[in-house]
Amino acid sequence: MKNIIITDSTLRDGNHSVKHTISLDSIKRYCNFADRVGIPIVEVGHGNGLSASSLLIGKCPYSDEEMLKVAKENLKNSKLGIHSIPGIATVDDIKHSIDYGVDVFRIATHCTEATLSKSHIEFLSKSNKEVYGVLMMSALVSPTQLLEQSKIMESYGAKGVIIMDSTGTYLPMDVEERIFLLKKELNILVGFHAHNNLGCAVANSLIAVQSGADMVDACIRGFGAGAGNAPLEILIPVLNKSGYDIGIDFKETIKESDNVMDYLIPSAPIVSPINILTGLSKLFSGFEKPIMKISRLYNLEYSSLIFELGNRKLVAGQEDLIIEIAEKLKK
Amino acid sequence: MKFKVGILGTGNIGTDLLFKILKLDFIEVIIFAGRRYDSDGIKIAKSKNITVTDKGIQYFIDNPKCCDLVYDCTNSEDAKKHAPILKSQGIKVIDLTPAKIGSMCVPYVNNEIILKEDNINMITCGGQSSIPLLHVLSNHCDNIEYIEIVSQIASKSAGMATRINVDDYIKTTKKAITQFTNCKNVKVILNLNPAEPCVDMQTTIFIKSKNLNLSLLTDKVIDKIEQIKKYTPYYELIIPPKEEDGILIMGIKVRGNGDYLPEYAGNLDIINSAAIEVTKILNKNEKHYNN
Repeated sequence: MKNIIITDSTLRDGNHSVKHTISLDSIKRYCNFADRVGIPIVEVGHGNGLSASSLLIGKCPYSDEEMLKVAKENLKNSKLGIHSIPGIATVDDIKHSIDYGVDVFRIATHCTEATLSKSHIEFLSKSNKEVYGVLMMSALVSPTQLLEQSKIMESYGAKGVIIMDSTGTYLPMDVEERIFLLKKELNILVGFHAHNNLGCAVANSLIAVQSGADMVDACIRGFGAGAGNAPLEILIPVLNKSGYDIGIDFKETIKESDNVMDYLIPSAPIVSPINILTGLSKLFSGFEKPIMKISRLYNLEYSSLIFELGNRKLVAGQEDLIIEIAEKLKK
Repeated sequence: MKFKVGILGTGNIGTDLLFKILKLDFIEVIIFAGRRYDSDGIKIAKSKNITVTDKGIQYFIDNPKCCDLVYDCTNSEDAKKHAPILKSQGIKVIDLTPAKIGSMCVPYVNNEIILKEDNINMITCGGQSSIPLLHVLSNHCDNIEYIEIVSQIASKSAGMATRINVDDYIKTTKKAITQFTNCKNVKVILNLNPAEPCVDMQTTIFIKSKNLNLSLLTDKVIDKIEQIKKYTPYYELIIPPKEEDGILIMGIKVRGNGDYLPEYAGNLDIINSAAIEVTKILNKNEKHYNN
């Protein structure tokens, strides 16, 4: 029975849905649970990872040091992981996080920008740290391009590469094609991080594993950005029933998926109509708010605006173009 | 007498700088020094009848004192090795890497160092686009508690040196902002955007300060932009200063002159235009001395 490594991203991706305000006490409590039930890697921090607290993305009331130290104190068996984006965090920030006890480093770039991770992955790899490359917004490129970018991260010394479906766009067949190709052509571990915009997060994680993925990400109650991620309490039995060994206590996880509603999750993610549309249009989920605002301002159906933004292949950071496109649609 | 200059590094920055220097009548380009004869930059320079070499810094060792001024357009690691060699020959250096060996310079913010220093650091594109405004704001705010600048550049405008040195970009920009504003709490973010058609360079500035006088600050910013436009004509304010909960936000867009890379690469343009402005100031003063 193949062992699948689960990374629990609840305390990192979940931070997106509460504007990066998960409390130190909640971190402590959730880490206690994760450690007890045998979760291999627990990711903690601001939604955009190390050093990302900012007016641009959202201020976090706690420092990385506070969050990571509390997590570390409560993780005896599980490894402590971080997400880190070059351009936001530096190798100096990573060195500090090593001092705080981080074990697993996930260096993330946009799916076309793997070369930006060179100095970060190389530093960690040379320091004998467990380092993975992460390719975000991966649905924006073809499987071949994804492979090229993964190979770049492999060449820097990454122990594995994790493909993120940040826009929640993939159907199972898309995941199968990509993971199969990466497993065939790479000599390192392959991981998958799902979002649930089209209701496929669990199915996509399952087929990723069936196509050879060694690692998948999950969040309790799917607690993550936008439509949320693959729910941990569903993924465990689904993978178990499919014959994979994941070594996480299911009964305790089910209990905790009730408990978290009292201390961690104000409301579990649902797939709203706008999530479906952004998923279909491969749009950054952060566009949700500007799209709603601008479509009201211009008295447009938000669906027609979204489809047009999708046609223009907008990526995060091009919010200024939404107004321009709305003006054109109005004419 | 013409200024004799060398360009060290033939990537995006070096090649764009060459285009700009060729427009100046008081400069003679002695050498365009890279490491590969098949690089795009060297091919272009050759087609313009510029003397080229693939020997990099070795050319300057073999031909001591061949130049009065060298622009270092390599990367911070190499720039640190080049600096002592050029200094020993008495050659002035304008450093376009984030190596911060010499004094950091922003035109019309600290022109006084230009004649004095033998190594002038041009900071970074994010630094050149934000510091002129941040410097003005810091002169007209009581006490700035926090500064954040976020720059977005087109992926195609970021060569491998920029990518490998992304940490140096952040650290050097931060250090320069602190130096020119006295604010110690600074955050710098760089975003590479692969969107097609390529996005223009944009910088968003956030400032946290008590007692913000919005109308005064807006006037000062608009005045300053007029001055910046004299050496970077396509620098524009796209989000005029606005205040929300004690935070001042403004946004600027920098388009380039389209000399080497197309207009979207305002990031190359602003640091190179600043370097050219420094060169002009040097030239003006040399003439003054000669008279």
